[in-house]
Amino acid sequence: FFFGLLSKPNRRRIHTTNSKMPFKRYIEIGRVCVCNYGSDYGKLVVIVDVIDQQRVLVDAPDMVRASYSVKRLALTDLVVEIQRIPKKTALVKALEASGTIAKFSSSSWGQKIAIQKARKSLTDFDRFKVMVARVKKSAIMKREVAKARK
Amino acid sequence: PPALSSSRPLFKVLSLQACTSAATMVNTPLSQGIGKQGRAKSYHRRGLWAIKAKNGGKFPVHAKKAVAAPAADKTAKFYPADDQKKPLAKHSITTKSAKLRASITPGTVLILLAGRFRGKRVVFLKQLESGLLLVTGPFKINGVPLRRVNQVYAIATSTKVDLSKADVTKFSDEYFKKPAAAKFVKGEKQFFDGSEEKKELSADKIADQKAIDAALIPVIAKVPELKSYLASRFSLKSGVKVHDLKF
Repeated sequence: FFFGLLSKPNRRRIHTTNSKMPFKRYIEIGRVCVCNYGSDYGKLVVIVDVIDQQRVLVDAPDMVRASYSVKRLALTDLVVEIQRIPKKTALVKALEASGTIAKFSSSSWGQKIAIQKARKSLTDFDRFKVMVARVKKSAIMKREVAKARK
Repeated sequence: PPALSSSRPLFKVLSLQACTSAATMVNTPLSQGIGKQGRAKSYHRRGLWAIKAKNGGKFPVHAKKAVAAPAADKTAKFYPADDQKKPLAKHSITTKSAKLRASITPGTVLILLAGRFRGKRVVFLKQLESGLLLVTGPFKINGVPLRRVNQVYAIATSTKVDLSKADVTKFSDEYFKKPAAAKFVKGEKQFFDGSEEKKELSADKIADQKAIDAALIPVIAKVPELKSYLASRFSLKSGVKVHDLKF
């Protein structure tokens, strides 16, 4: 049991315990990022290799592996346990095993993205219904506040 | 020379020599294409006057021979050396009515962008022959009557209303033509009185509107909040990015 623990050093621990730096999220293999800019805007991707100081090799289940400028990526808290440049099937397996995408969707960042997406896809009729609901809700709240004030 | 009637001389006797000379029977060429005898003389020489007389004053007309279709394998005997200019083909001008945008189908809710009813959400009924769109509020809901609208001034939303109960076959551009106004010269009295004639809507048009409304309103009532949606006007609000809006 003890030897098993030694044979697989947990890289993450080194960062979090010894670090005096303000950075919490690092560019590393397995780091899950959100694409910030360009044609893949909004996609969740995993860093599979580091090219140089500016660029990383990035992969996702639904895209072709590509090199991305670090400037175009917003790092998330999530990290996936993968080897350097895994095969696509290995990457998909690792993502499913860790449930990373579900974890991200349930995080506050993920929820915010979902809300923005929903708002953008509203039709004119939907926007009207939202407005009516908002007005009704605020009317109820104002009524209750006025009651509480008395 | 044709047979001569005894009362009619062949030609005017100018001189004895000319009369008897055989040369007058032939139009001797002076140069290529120019004969010694002009048009009048050759008319007489050829006896065309006699042919006419025989046919009752007109030239005899013979029916044209049916031209046999040339055999397919025969090559033309003659090809013109230079390109023969052909007159340009007259393309028949057919005016088509404006192509209806794919997003506009019967029953679509449109947002009117200009005119008296700008901002109103109306139901599209059908496209008329002129290309204009026939829309209605319905009148009971938002005050927009049966009206024609250019599709350029309408935004199509993705909301649809079921039109199966509504009968729109009787409406066309003719329905909306203004009746010819009786012209009269306004006297001074009339000018100061002000125009008293009020344009009254014919009872037929009111009945048509009611019929359409009766067909549409029950359908609209079935969808929650659709009635109040159609009753409200569209407007731009602060912070709204129009280019990002999905309709």
